[in-house]
Amino acid sequence: MIAFILTFLLSLFVYLVLTAGSGNIGLWSASELTAGIVLSLLTAAVARNFLCRARNYRMANPLRFLLIPIYVIGPFFLEVIKANLDVAYRVITLRIRPGIIRVSSDLKSDLGIFMLANSITLTPGTITVDIDEHTHDLFIHNINVGEGEEAAPVIRDHELFSIADLPQWIRRIAE
Amino acid sequence: MIDPFYPAVLVLVILICLCFIRLILGPTPGDRVVAVDTVNTLTVASLVILGLIYREVIFIDVAIVYALLSFISTLYIAKYLGGEL
Amino acid sequence: MIAEWLIIIFLVIGIIFNTLGVIGLLRFPDLYTRMHATTKATTFGSVFTTLAVIVYSISLYLSTIDSQFIVLGVHAFIAAFALAFTNAIGSHAIARAAHRSGILPSPAVVDRLKEAGR
Repeated sequence: MIAFILTFLLSLFVYLVLTAGSGNIGLWSASELTAGIVLSLLTAAVARNFLCRARNYRMANPLRFLLIPIYVIGPFFLEVIKANLDVAYRVITLRIRPGIIRVSSDLKSDLGIFMLANSITLTPGTITVDIDEHTHDLFIHNINVGEGEEAAPVIRDHELFSIADLPQWIRRIAE
Repeated sequence: MIDPFYPAVLVLVILICLCFIRLILGPTPGDRVVAVDTVNTLTVASLVILGLIYREVIFIDVAIVYALLSFISTLYIAKYLGGEL
Repeated sequence: MIAEWLIIIFLVIGIIFNTLGVIGLLRFPDLYTRMHATTKATTFGSVFTTLAVIVYSISLYLSTIDSQFIVLGVHAFIAAFALAFTNAIGSHAIARAAHRSGILPSPAVVDRLKEAGR
């Protein structure tokens, strides 16, 4: 039941943002509001078991949602800028030393692993290739493996980021 | 003050044409999927700019739906490549 | 005036990084390195061209007070959001599938995933 209500609210929110400015009840017209509520009920009935599969309602807390924009605009964006300058340098000079390395992390929840994998894909020189579902280890393609780093069997997740400690931020948001 | 947007769209279209080189050459199917993914991203970017040039919100709505549908198609091609389908 | 300069700067940054992404797609030696270029650079570039559109629609709204432009800006923001998220997940899916289908990184100093036997 909680899953149903959460899915309903999320899909109604997305519908209302997409149709804002259509009428004069608040920002919406009466027909858009009716259609939004009906469609969100249908969506919630179909998709409630996909959104809240782990039955873990920690993310329903609005304070955690407020942390996500701060995370994206602040430390994450700095890392993305650095990543793009790095890729630009490597495209021009072709100075690469690629390899797939194994990275372990302390994050346990599905959402935490998901955010970490996405952050790794968009930040310096790394793409997540595969995830070990039991030990939560990530296999990461690194475009420039440092000298001597290929000998280490496992490296820690915060060693990948140089400006900010992104795993710490993700732990604060998702766990 | 709409002038800088026209050359931007022109450059994006030229870049899409360059992606087709990799689409034709690509030695493995994976390279072709990467090229198609790039074409999708650049198409969404140019659709958003075109929506501003023509003052039509519907272009940007089409861009959102195009992004989500191309994402789903990429996922299915990837599943097919990995032999999970 | 500030808005015009901001728009031009954002557009130039976006176009430069999109161009670098496509050049990387054509120049790099194997699938995974090509994916580095396309995922990071084209996502960043497309987000910046979309930011230019958002800034321009806000400045148009301030000069004309027509709510159509605020709608345009909000929709452009949603498009950028959808683009950034779907690109990261899609590239992860392609990389995983490519490794499963037997395409190995051809210049590679180390491959832990192959050693793990999966």
